[in-house]
Amino acid sequence: MTAKNSTNTAAFTIDAVTGLQKLIAILAAQGYQVIGPLMEDGAIIYGELESAADLPVGMRDEQDGGKYRLVKGREGVYFDYVVGPHSWKRYLFPPEQKICQIRRQGKAFRIVEEPEKTPRYAFIGARSCELKAMQIHDRVFDNGTFADPGYKARREAAFIVAVNCTRAGGTCFCSSMGTGPKADGGFDIALTEIAEKNRHVFLVEAGSTKGQIVISKLSASEASETDREKAGELVSLAAAGMGREMADDVGPLLKRNLDHRQWDEVAKRCLSCANCTLVCPTCFCNTVEDVTDLTGANAERWRKWDSCFTMDFSYIHGGSVRRETASRYRQWMTHKLSTWFEQFETSGCVGCGRCITWCPVGIDITQEARAIRNSEGRR
Amino acid sequence: MNQMLAAKDPMLPAPFRIERVRKELSDTFTIDLVSAERKRDFAFLPGQFNMLYVFGVGEIPISISGDPARPETIVHTTRAVGTVTNAMWKLGAGQTIGVRGPFGTAWPVEDAEGYDVVIVTGGIGLAPLRPAIYQILANRSAYGNVCILYGARTPEDILYRKELEKWRGQFDLQVDVTVDHATGRWGGKVGVVTKLITRGGYDPHQTVALVCGPEIMMRFAVETLVDRGVHPDRIHVSLERNMKCGVGFCGHCQFGGDFVCKDGPVFSYDQVADRFAIQEL
Amino acid sequence: MVQEIGLDQLIREHPFFEGMDEEALTLISGCAANERFDAGQYIFREGQPADKFYMVRHGSVALEVRAPGRDSIVLQTCDDGDVMGWSWLVPPFRWKWDARATQLSRLVSFDGICLRGKLDADPALGYAMYKRFVRVIAERLSYARLQMLDLYGVEHE
Repeated sequence: MTAKNSTNTAAFTIDAVTGLQKLIAILAAQGYQVIGPLMEDGAIIYGELESAADLPVGMRDEQDGGKYRLVKGREGVYFDYVVGPHSWKRYLFPPEQKICQIRRQGKAFRIVEEPEKTPRYAFIGARSCELKAMQIHDRVFDNGTFADPGYKARREAAFIVAVNCTRAGGTCFCSSMGTGPKADGGFDIALTEIAEKNRHVFLVEAGSTKGQIVISKLSASEASETDREKAGELVSLAAAGMGREMADDVGPLLKRNLDHRQWDEVAKRCLSCANCTLVCPTCFCNTVEDVTDLTGANAERWRKWDSCFTMDFSYIHGGSVRRETASRYRQWMTHKLSTWFEQFETSGCVGCGRCITWCPVGIDITQEARAIRNSEGRR
Repeated sequence: MNQMLAAKDPMLPAPFRIERVRKELSDTFTIDLVSAERKRDFAFLPGQFNMLYVFGVGEIPISISGDPARPETIVHTTRAVGTVTNAMWKLGAGQTIGVRGPFGTAWPVEDAEGYDVVIVTGGIGLAPLRPAIYQILANRSAYGNVCILYGARTPEDILYRKELEKWRGQFDLQVDVTVDHATGRWGGKVGVVTKLITRGGYDPHQTVALVCGPEIMMRFAVETLVDRGVHPDRIHVSLERNMKCGVGFCGHCQFGGDFVCKDGPVFSYDQVADRFAIQEL
Repeated sequence: MVQEIGLDQLIREHPFFEGMDEEALTLISGCAANERFDAGQYIFREGQPADKFYMVRHGSVALEVRAPGRDSIVLQTCDDGDVMGWSWLVPPFRWKWDARATQLSRLVSFDGICLRGKLDADPALGYAMYKRFVRVIAERLSYARLQMLDLYGVEHE
């Protein structure tokens, strides 16, 4: 990981319109594939940016359980929305990854060596919760015993421009998870948008040497004390504006309530559609597929996203271990909020709220946790 | 070249050559593998498993069932129950199988020194325990009483029968075999393997128990062992869950907070006791 | 009935009779006898009156079911230390299965007719015996169910 914790206190400001455009141009010139938020099919997703004009300027999202809608936000503002159905895991841990190609040679086979082609991504607009999610995946794909070289290479090569949220999204709860809204590390550059009547700037902070170098190429002025304070206030407002919070001590809470009837309650609503696992930035379950071509001489091994909500996820001879929706939902939620601590020493949840927004029936894990807490002991 | 690649990426299979495939029972076979590339040190601990890849078909986890002291040949015994195992059985000597491993935790053979050892197993469960038996027998004087209790479906389903008969002939080993179903031609015991636990031959308070078999069998065997006075943290079981990667990346094998592929498959009973009780965990 | 030296001690030391009072033990000893069966010999047969129960000292006895045209099916074997036979307690007091020694076996037999009368007459003694037999039957049922599960068979959907 190249982006270090931001310990330097230097901050700059750039003009929002020209500065952001220049930033994107510099990154593109350095050979990065610039990825950022785009508006498509009524949602804000991540895709390739050619210029700052591609960003969903002036758009805002309204999110709630099972609800997502784009509306007009503050005019000219670049980041008036929060997170959409995509997360950066689409790029660092792609939905389909070719692990290797294997060629048959008579009775033997050998792995075909292919030249490394690691994509170099520049992410524009990564939120604090998303940075935390990346750090969580860092521990998954290098667990101390085994490491995935593909993930590490993509991660190492990535340039991250974070954006500090100045508005809490409808389903956000990063404050109670301790994962935001202020980005406290894991980025190369962090931006905070200050949009006023006559003035539109970004406060710019470096999080790494790479970031510092890029900032020096922007026409950046040193940030005034006023601007620093303003930026801080905006982020604090966002922190205070969260409409949800996760129950305290949820890890042990869920661990001692594996037989709670709430699991059957949520199972009545859950469709086992796996949306939550697809949109969640930390879900990492995947499957390995071995396929062969028609000649039978070439085989490929692929890694593909999978979900613990599918019926055959837990299949062992004769049947699935988790046959009921209740046990599959319990697996997802207790892994995310409880057993993740045992495995990776952090929570698996970053409070981004995506699972709440994109659940077709609006199941809210903060509510489910609260329901268990409130009725603990009363089975 | 391939080994270097495998070391770099734990998902790449290393080619191994089949030395021999032999039938053990009507639906069970053993496959012996040797490294296809220059002398390669494949060291493994008893209880560990490999991910075996059949070209173009797929990959599955199979316990290693050979002698850890002779790792030049890697031995696996498995039932033919699915596409990969059925394809594997059709392969012959000289063909190549991809190997990733060894993975997982081991039977505590060294920690059991100084204790009586009771091995309770049934069906194909004897295969993952055989490496532990070899290690114990190679260092027999380090242990107290050693009992091997084995249950099979019928006399025709007794795995490694000749070896069991040979072990039974040793004066310093207690071997008891029972079957669930038999005709009058069978002169041996008929009954569940858990009953054999009650027959003694070991001091429960000084015993390490190694248990492997279908999960129901393990649960009842453990219950009987605990009833007899064997301490739960000296009872070890080997669990099985769906595995796609074997290295903790795919998430399929989770059992509560443990990944069976790297935190298991061997667990001490007190580690998993409370989770055993929860349905569909 | 011939009483051998040592039988008395055997009964007193066997876990099945543990906790019974002196009077009961003397009575039971009085109803006991050593029996020997060669390999292949039947101890009892299906349908015969169940007038005894047994304890296996050494050897192995197969409880079997006969069917025409095929080998007998062994349900379970009783080995050293096992108590065998509870049909003597349950009407109509007839053996349900065959019992055949699979090797030279020495058993202790207990006179069921004599004991049945005594159990009816003395409720305390009756309770003590039934309590012990319930455990044997429960254990047998447990084991039989586990065997029924066909644990080592291939699971089908």
